[in-house]
Amino acid sequence: MTGHDPLDVAAIKKDFPILDREVRGGRLVYLDSANTSQKPRAVLEAMETYYERCNANVHRGTYQIAEEATNALEGARATVARFIGARSPKELVLTKNATEALNLVAKAWGRANLREGDAVVLTELEHHANIVPWHQLHDELGIELRWIPVTADGHVDLTDLDRLVDGAKVVSFAAMSNVLGTLLPVERLVGAAHDAGAIAVIDASQYVPHVGTDVQAWGADFVAFTGHKMLGPTGIGALWGTEAILDATPPFLTGGEMILNVTKEGFTVNELPWKFEAGTPPIAEAVGLGAAADYLTGLGMEAVREHEVSLTAYALRTLTDRFGDDLRIHGPSEPAERGGVLSFEYRDLHPHDLTQVFDQHGVCVRAGHHCAKPLMRVLGAAATARASLYVYNDEADVDALADAIGEAADFFAL
Amino acid sequence: MPGLEDLYREIILDHYRSPRNRGELPVPPATRVEGFNPLCGDEIVLYVQVRDGVVEDLKIAGQGCSISQSSASMMSSAVKGKTLDEVQELTRAFKGMMSIHEQSLDGEGETAPIEVDPAVKLGDLEALRGVVKFPVRIKCATLSWNTLAQAIDEATGTD
Repeated sequence: MTGHDPLDVAAIKKDFPILDREVRGGRLVYLDSANTSQKPRAVLEAMETYYERCNANVHRGTYQIAEEATNALEGARATVARFIGARSPKELVLTKNATEALNLVAKAWGRANLREGDAVVLTELEHHANIVPWHQLHDELGIELRWIPVTADGHVDLTDLDRLVDGAKVVSFAAMSNVLGTLLPVERLVGAAHDAGAIAVIDASQYVPHVGTDVQAWGADFVAFTGHKMLGPTGIGALWGTEAILDATPPFLTGGEMILNVTKEGFTVNELPWKFEAGTPPIAEAVGLGAAADYLTGLGMEAVREHEVSLTAYALRTLTDRFGDDLRIHGPSEPAERGGVLSFEYRDLHPHDLTQVFDQHGVCVRAGHHCAKPLMRVLGAAATARASLYVYNDEADVDALADAIGEAADFFAL
Repeated sequence: MPGLEDLYREIILDHYRSPRNRGELPVPPATRVEGFNPLCGDEIVLYVQVRDGVVEDLKIAGQGCSISQSSASMMSSAVKGKTLDEVQELTRAFKGMMSIHEQSLDGEGETAPIEVDPAVKLGDLEALRGVVKFPVRIKCATLSWNTLAQAIDEATGTD
C-alpha cells in the first residue's frame, strides 16, 4: 500500500543497548526523546571505530589517518546534507547544537543585516533558543519582535499573518513544537516571509528526527537542527543555509580552520562551509551523526512518521479513555497534525510530582516549562509533563505511562 | 532505594493541600519579592512585613510542586513573629539539612557541612529531610527560603 515496511519496533529496541538496563527494579520506559533521544549501537560503534582507527585532526595532516579522519568528517557532512535534501554539503555548517546554529543566524547574519526598528517575527510556541538571541538583538540594536499567536488547540493563528510579516526582515519559527508536537504550516510561513521581503529561518530540531525533511522543498533561507534528538551524539548540530545567504553572512566564531589567510593586518575567510567552523570540529560526534542519519534512512523516514502517527493516536486514545477529563492533553487532537509529543496535566497535580511517581516505575518523562515559557503562559500552565515518542517506543510503553499516571493519582489520593 | 514515602511525608501533603498564609499584603509597607525555579517553572511571590526587627507578617502567592509549596507553607508558619536573628538561624538550620556535601576539588573527602546550632528546632520542617535523597528536588524545597532571604535583605535595606 505505502510501498515500504512498517517499523519492527521489537527489533529496533534491540539496537539500543540502554533499553536493556533496569531502573528501579524494572525495565526502562524511555519517553523523553523530544529532550534527547537514545543512541543505537551503530552510532556508538561508528564513534568508537573512528577513535580506535583513524583519530587525527582534520584538514591539516598529510599522513594517512589524517586523511581518513577528514574523509570521515566530510563523509558524515555529505550524509547529513543528503538526509535533509540539501543541494550540496557546502550548505551544511556543523555546529555544537541547534542553539548555536540559531545564535549564528541572529548574531552573524542579524548583526550584519538588521538595524534599529527592523522587525523579526516569531511564533508564541518557540523554544527559548529561538527567542533569547533575538531578545539580545532587541537590546543591542533596537529591533522589534512581533509574535504570531497560538490558538487554544495549539495551532499558530495565521489570521493576522500578512499584517505581522509586513515590512519584517526575518520570520523565524519551529517546524514542530517541542511542547505540543504541532506541525507548523512551513511552506505557508516561508512564502509569507519571502513575499514580505523577509528571510525565513526554521528551527527544525523536533522535525528532522521524525519527519522526512526536504529543505529545498521548504525553500527557507536557514534551517537549524541538532544531532542528539535524532539518535546522534550530543555536541553536534547543524545549520543549513542557501549558498547565497551563507556567502552573505559574516563568520560567527573565529580562529583557526575558518580562515584562508591571516596576516598582521587582517584575515580572509575560508570557503563554505568551513568559514563558520572555527577550531577543531567535533569530529567523532559528526561521524556519529552521520551514522544516525544512515540508521534512520535504513528504517525509512516515511515508516518512522507512520509509526509515530499511529502510536500517537494510540496514546491519545488510551489516555483519554482511561482518564477522561482528569487528564488535559495540550496541542492538536488530530494525530496527523502533530508529532509524538504529548504535554499533559493531571487534575491539579503538579507535573513535577507526577513525574516523580513515574520515576518509581522506570518511566522517564520530562516535567517543566520545556524551555518555552511564553507558550506556557498562552496555555495557562506553569509547567506540564511531557511524554515524547520515537522509533523504539511501542504500545507497551504507552500502557506503562498510563499505569504510572494511575499510580500517581492513587498515591496523591486524587 | 529511597521510596516515595521518604519524600512525600504526610505533613508535607497536608501543607500542600492546605497551604498556610496564602495571599498578598499591601506594598508598602510590605516588601514583595519573586523567586523562580528555572528547572521546573515554579514561581513564588513572597510578601514580607518587617517591623522592629521582627517578621510581623508574611504571605505567599505563586504556584509550584508539592515540595516547593509545602516548604513555603511550613516556612511561613515557622518564621512569622520571629526576630530576624531567629529567622536567620532557622534558615541556616534548614539549609544545613538540605545540603548535600560536594566533593572537594582535590578529591580528598568532602567539603565541610554547614554548621548548625543544635538548639535550633525545625519542627514540622524536619519532614522535608527526605528531599535530600532526591537531589533534583532540593531546589524546590529551598526556593521559598532563598526568596525569604532576599525579601528580608530588601525590607531591611541590607542588599
